[in-house]
Amino acid sequence: MSLWQAFIAIIQRDLILAFRRRAEMLNPILFFIIVVTLFPLGVGAQPQLLQTIAPGIIWVSALLAAMLSLDGLFRSDFDDGSLEQILLSPHPTSILILGKIIAHWLVTGLPLILVAPLLAEFLGMHSDALIVLLKTLLLGTPVLSLVGAIGVALTVGLRRGGMILSLLVLPLYVPVLIFASNAVEMASGGLPVDAQINILLAMLCLALVLAPLPASAALKMSAS
Amino acid sequence: MNWQEFFAMGGYAFYVWMSYGITVIVMLVIVVMPIVQRKQFLRQQLLRLKRQEKI
Amino acid sequence: MFLIPKPVGKFFHRMASPPHFYDFTSRLIPWLSWIFLFLVVAGLYGGLVLAPADYQQGDSFRIMYIHVPSAWMSMFVYVMMAVAGGIGLVWRLKLAEIVAISSASVGAGFTFIALVTGSLWGKPMWGTWWVWDARLTSELILLFLYLGVIGLYGAIDDKRTASRAVAILALVGVVNIPIIHYSVVWWNTLHQGPIISDELRPTVHISMLWPLLVMAGAFKIYYVIAMLQRARAELVVRERNSQWVKALLESK
Repeated sequence: MSLWQAFIAIIQRDLILAFRRRAEMLNPILFFIIVVTLFPLGVGAQPQLLQTIAPGIIWVSALLAAMLSLDGLFRSDFDDGSLEQILLSPHPTSILILGKIIAHWLVTGLPLILVAPLLAEFLGMHSDALIVLLKTLLLGTPVLSLVGAIGVALTVGLRRGGMILSLLVLPLYVPVLIFASNAVEMASGGLPVDAQINILLAMLCLALVLAPLPASAALKMSAS
Repeated sequence: MNWQEFFAMGGYAFYVWMSYGITVIVMLVIVVMPIVQRKQFLRQQLLRLKRQEKI
Repeated sequence: MFLIPKPVGKFFHRMASPPHFYDFTSRLIPWLSWIFLFLVVAGLYGGLVLAPADYQQGDSFRIMYIHVPSAWMSMFVYVMMAVAGGIGLVWRLKLAEIVAISSASVGAGFTFIALVTGSLWGKPMWGTWWVWDARLTSELILLFLYLGVIGLYGAIDDKRTASRAVAILALVGVVNIPIIHYSVVWWNTLHQGPIISDELRPTVHISMLWPLLVMAGAFKIYYVIAMLQRARAELVVRERNSQWVKALLESK
């Protein structure tokens, strides 16, 4: 089969596998909602305060939810040996890995985007800020999946890789967090956010092109 | 400048000497630990080899 | 390879062999230590005694002679680690892999020193032990990157695989560090107003500057010494079953 067919096939396969365990697909969403709920409980429910820190709360929670869902990216394939088969394929591994990452984002990142408006309401976010929030999540969550894939690829062979995964991946997430939450904050104040959105778009392009390469190199190393 | 003035560092003695002190300690530890580890390893490896020769 | 003169090429060729590396470094390190000692005494004397007190910060500015060189080194060593890791990854050179991981703990140490001295420098100026200014926040994230490298290496049992993992991580990190750094600088200008780390730097007069450069040189030599010691320790463990290590043990 051609590279394009293989690419589509792997996305379809991962989506079908994910839908077979539909209950598990709810986990990132539930985690996201719970963490956002914890903040008012932790800092007090004053509407002014919550409205001010809402962009940060939503983005940090989305980040954590994305990170927790990363393990599912390669875990089951690694365990049953299908990962090795993918690595042995004549097609360039980085393209196939990109397909897996896209499928993973559709299952874990996209739901976060759908739930975010509800949470933004809970925290009293303005509606102009909400549009920007959705834009930043749309641009940012794929970056989280792409960069996170590098971290999972490095740790998938480890027994308790989950602990070290956060240490590896969170520093790399910092730029996305900074620009995304700032964009939403500025939008709350009615200020223009073109610069921040453009930078997020640039990060997405960079990650799309660059991330699959170290991820596939790391997978080859982990599976060896 | 006499010794007392030098140690006082214009009132900032705690901060300045704490900084230099911590730096010295960290730098010593980082260079000494591998030396100790290497010597210890070589000693233990020698014992291991001797034990193997007896078999 | 036409750009590299023959003796230099031969030198590096021999260094790639573990027993030659081990032997050469055991003779090199004492020389480096004397140079380091000379530079550090000169730098400390220039910084602590000769340089006049800053008119704004008094004598607390003398912390700069440790804080700034260690911040420079924290980034320099990361680049060294990534380069060595890259060479080890592409050419599968054992010694390059070992130089990479040996640099990690030294780099982490410098980052830690930069953070602690930054706090201690900032406390009398700003009243708090921690300030979320651009440089300190960047250094904190850099420390996490170093700890990630060290942790990942320790977590993988087969050290050759571990070296490859760490090389990939270091290369990804080196691409990300400028992005992270400038994001944090940008973030800081929004939340803090003036960039504090710039205010911490006094107007530099030559009598204040030369000890800084001498200390920077001293720290570079220290990095080589500490990294080589770590490399020697790692090398004998990795090569414990080889002929030359056995010969080394026999000669004791």
